[in-house]
Amino acid sequence: MSILSFKQGVHPDYNKELTADKPLKKAKRPEQVVIPLQQHIGAPLEPLVKKGDHVEMGQKIGDSESFVSAPVHASVSGKVKDIKKVMTPGGSKAQAIVIAADAEDNFVSDLQSHADLEQLSGDEIRNIVRNAGIVGMGGAMFPTHVKLSIPKEKNVEYVILNGAECEPYLTIDNRIMIERPEDVLFGLKAIMKAVGVEKGFIGIEVNKPEAIAAMEKVTSNEGNIEVKILETKYPQGGEKMLVEAILGREVPAGGLPLDVGVVVNNTSTSVAIADAIQKGIPLIERAVSITGHGIAEPQNLIFRVGTLVNELIEQAGGFAGKPGKVILGGPMMGFAQKQLDIPMVKGSSGILVLTKEEVDDYEPSPCIKCARCVDACPVFLMPTQLMNYSKNEMLDELEDYQIMSCIECGSCSYVCPAKIPLVHHLRMGKAQVQARQREER
Amino acid sequence: MNNEQLIVTSSPHVRATDSVSKIMWTVVISLLPAVLAAVYYFSFRAVAIILVSVLGAVATEYIFQNVRGKEVTIADGSAVVTGVLLALTLPPTIPLWTVLVGSAVAIGLGKQVFGGLGHNPFNPALVGRAFLMAAYPVLMTTWQLDGQTTATPLNLFKMQGIMTDVWQLFVGHIGGSLGETSAFALLIGFAYLLYKGYVNWRIPAGMIGTVFLLTLVFGQNPIFHLFAGSLMLGALYMATDMVSSPVTKSGRWLFGFGAGLIVVVIRLWGGYPEGVMYGILLMNTAVPLINRYTRPRSLGEVK
Repeated sequence: MSILSFKQGVHPDYNKELTADKPLKKAKRPEQVVIPLQQHIGAPLEPLVKKGDHVEMGQKIGDSESFVSAPVHASVSGKVKDIKKVMTPGGSKAQAIVIAADAEDNFVSDLQSHADLEQLSGDEIRNIVRNAGIVGMGGAMFPTHVKLSIPKEKNVEYVILNGAECEPYLTIDNRIMIERPEDVLFGLKAIMKAVGVEKGFIGIEVNKPEAIAAMEKVTSNEGNIEVKILETKYPQGGEKMLVEAILGREVPAGGLPLDVGVVVNNTSTSVAIADAIQKGIPLIERAVSITGHGIAEPQNLIFRVGTLVNELIEQAGGFAGKPGKVILGGPMMGFAQKQLDIPMVKGSSGILVLTKEEVDDYEPSPCIKCARCVDACPVFLMPTQLMNYSKNEMLDELEDYQIMSCIECGSCSYVCPAKIPLVHHLRMGKAQVQARQREER
Repeated sequence: MNNEQLIVTSSPHVRATDSVSKIMWTVVISLLPAVLAAVYYFSFRAVAIILVSVLGAVATEYIFQNVRGKEVTIADGSAVVTGVLLALTLPPTIPLWTVLVGSAVAIGLGKQVFGGLGHNPFNPALVGRAFLMAAYPVLMTTWQLDGQTTATPLNLFKMQGIMTDVWQLFVGHIGGSLGETSAFALLIGFAYLLYKGYVNWRIPAGMIGTVFLLTLVFGQNPIFHLFAGSLMLGALYMATDMVSSPVTKSGRWLFGFGAGLIVVVIRLWGGYPEGVMYGILLMNTAVPLINRYTRPRSLGEVK
């Protein structure tokens, strides 16, 4: 079997052995959950409940009229304690509904299950996905029903399921493919049906042999669904890299995979879609890798949306040694956190704790123009040059040098021997260009 | 659990282990075979020249950084690289005070006046050498072999039409500067750098390839031209200086090609027997333009 890949990229230490073999386990029911009203890209939600209301598990508690939004649901049964602003993992504050859990875990009574995809239309699938509050669970949290709504002028040919899991340390997609391959497949078929395509791919990095075997087994009788084995290289799971690796197509600058006829979804998202269709359960829980050498008992837990970060860390045995950094997400693109009493959301794929010793104090030294960043960039930018333009606010040059194509994967910063935070400078550059574009409009 | 002193920075949160000083010191190590070859052929003169050159370079860096109120970074190895490289371009007969002047100019005018590491448009060692060539042309072109005054193979060839045996050229039993004698020693060191991934191969491939092809086209012995003079030292260690060479892949080919072209033009039709130094220095000036015109097409970009 040939191993597919994209050009350039980097090879960080993967450290997946910490949790790769740990089966998914349900986390304890928290005594209270904090459910932000914005866990998606798009318009914030309005609360559908008020303080003192009793809610059942799976009950919709926040929604919006806006198309680009995804509702949220109670992940426990209990009583609404408060509606207040809280800090969220992305570093911004949002309104959130605080629910004190009872011990019942009573589901709402009107959950509708559909065993047979054949009887559902594309619109019905999109409706189920919308009502289940499903968003991109790889971390971007883009509303999935929007992704599955294909504009008339676009011609979609393929769906790619992203099981690359190229972020070091994280192992939940790996576990999900090993433990729930049928549901992954069901979700993929639902997506294919929703967007009306005949051909699907599941892309998995070669460092997950068990996941590859499991997915190959369940797809062996599916003539139109193929498992594609990918090189273990970061950022293999980037949408554009996946499309390049599997189909050899280039997503146009500023465009989406849709522009070359492809819809890409994450494996966790696929399982959430399967649960929503087959069991009628909305997105109220998901898996997370709690890992790193700063965690006493690294493991993969399924948690209720709204569980606080520090409760999950405690369930993983607490810290091992002195924690240096607590990162939500993976080490390449995750967010370092200052406080740990913040809620885990639909896009939370990892809690990574690096020890004090592991967190180097990177003092940047001058760029020696070694060009490792240029050789690593998966979208072929010149980070060293862009850094200078960004620092000097040279907006025309930033645009000429295609700053807006930066996917912020961090490969440039990773390889830099001078320890320059290149991607940080590039983010600032992007922000400058975006600000000017807004002004011009 | 919240009062832990957590560090917050933007992603990525892990970094590759290479550092600038690791790269620089590895380059120093890779130059050891050439240094040993120099000591073998020129004994203690070579040791003295290399030591003075390195000390001069490091001392100049130290003084400049102190005066400018900057952090002193002499431990990063970059000044040591410049010192060793400059020494390898000097003739074994050169007075030691001249070496000191050369290394001071290399770091002072070649590097620190532009802002130090990472900001020099030219290869600092070659700036030092160019200065010495202009200021002390006689001292810089007095060659010796086995205790006898001699001319370099390129000189013999240019002035008297005498071809030196290619095997003698390869192992370095010829008149010449400390480091241009043994191509073999230079190649061993370069192979080590390639293995470590600390050097770019496109520039030397472009430069040496161009010299080979053009001398062949003009009816010369291309093998002679590869191993005579400072082509190996220049192409493998000077042209590949990261700071003063292009950052794009096609730019590196272009840089190597341009430098090789200038070398051939000077060797075949110029007034000097050798053109490696000028070839590289001239191409150094073109680096910003080369970078600009060889920007890679970004993914999905319509250029």
